[in-house]
Amino acid sequence: MSAVINLWTVIAVSGGAVFFLAGTTGLLRFPDAFTRLHALTKADNLGLGLVVLGLLPQMDSVSGGLKLLCIWGLVLLSGATASQLIARALVRRDVQR
Amino acid sequence: MSDALNIGLAGLILGLALWSIVAREAFAAVEGFMAFGLLLTLAWVQLHGIDVALTEAAIGGGLTGALLIGAATRLRSTEAAARVEGPGAPTRWLAAGVSVAVTAALAVGVLALPVPAPTLAPDVAAHIAVTGVGNPITAVLLAFRAMDTLLEAIVLLFALIGVWSLAPDRFWGGRPGLRQQADPNGILAYVARVLPPIGVIAGIYIFWVGADHPGGKFQGATLMAAMWLLVMMAGLADAPPISRTWLRILLVAGPLVFIAIGVVGVVTADAFLAYPPGIAKPLILVIEFALMPTLTLILGLMLVGAPQRGPLP
Repeated sequence: MSAVINLWTVIAVSGGAVFFLAGTTGLLRFPDAFTRLHALTKADNLGLGLVVLGLLPQMDSVSGGLKLLCIWGLVLLSGATASQLIARALVRRDVQR
Repeated sequence: MSDALNIGLAGLILGLALWSIVAREAFAAVEGFMAFGLLLTLAWVQLHGIDVALTEAAIGGGLTGALLIGAATRLRSTEAAARVEGPGAPTRWLAAGVSVAVTAALAVGVLALPVPAPTLAPDVAAHIAVTGVGNPITAVLLAFRAMDTLLEAIVLLFALIGVWSLAPDRFWGGRPGLRQQADPNGILAYVARVLPPIGVIAGIYIFWVGADHPGGKFQGATLMAAMWLLVMMAGLADAPPISRTWLRILLVAGPLVFIAIGVVGVVTADAFLAYPPGIAKPLILVIEFALMPTLTLILGLMLVGAPQRGPLP
């Protein structure tokens, strides 16, 4: 049983790492701020999500797992907010030009 | 494996430190500094200094970073002019040389320490039971070295007075910062409604567990101040005019309670800031509870800045 759980952790965390790598590449390579924001939020949402899902079965206690999920939720909230604010500020600047 | 991680972490921290120094724009340097703070937090976690890590994350990276971003934004218009008048190459090289010399001296000092390094940890461990608190860091900060904590709180108060004293005469006693105009149905207002209940609970929790686990009033107060700032930035609440009596009372309440308990200690326990045996824990709690609102207000108001609007609406 523990082998299956460990396999799941390895697969999910590796998947998360791939999203972080892709997000970082996008952040460095994409041409404008909107696409860069898109790349960044993918790393936050999916990358961190997969890492959290992968680590969940490794937690000793239910409260530890809930804390992990809370962290994911809070990062989702802050990432979505920050990218919205940045994107709106960019749109406003483009309109003024 | 963990060695490789630690070396990578140390390398990243050094790289970001270098970036903060050599970055040409103040804004880029500040961003490097904030990332530096976050990685330093991880380094403290690796060193099992969870209390320090929490403080570094809350105050070193978060609050100081926010203060510096504000400063960099203000300086942006004058930055190009300042660079032209900046110090010449000899001064820069001299500064670099002095910095390297200081770093080298510190490194030699640390490396020359005898093994095991001189430590007061056994003394703390032997006497922690007297204080009634379970977290040795809290015992040191509020019992064995309470004077340092008292002075820290007073220094913060002075810093806030320093920020306020930048106010033009006509705005003295007025509301700090500019009135925030945010879309009441926008995303910022939404977050400012959703996040504070979570943040306030987390802040109180960190404050409360400080007696026995990593945490404490400084970290908790920073979280509370951040939530307050979020509400203010979203335009849901306005900063209070700095002439308000309740505000002034709360600002001095923490240090005054601390000093009062310290003076009582002169009579009851023969030394300033000494606690009478048996009631150390309740007294420490009273001090923590008195300092919490004071620190929250000071940290929040320091970020909002000097009064920029008249005392009357």
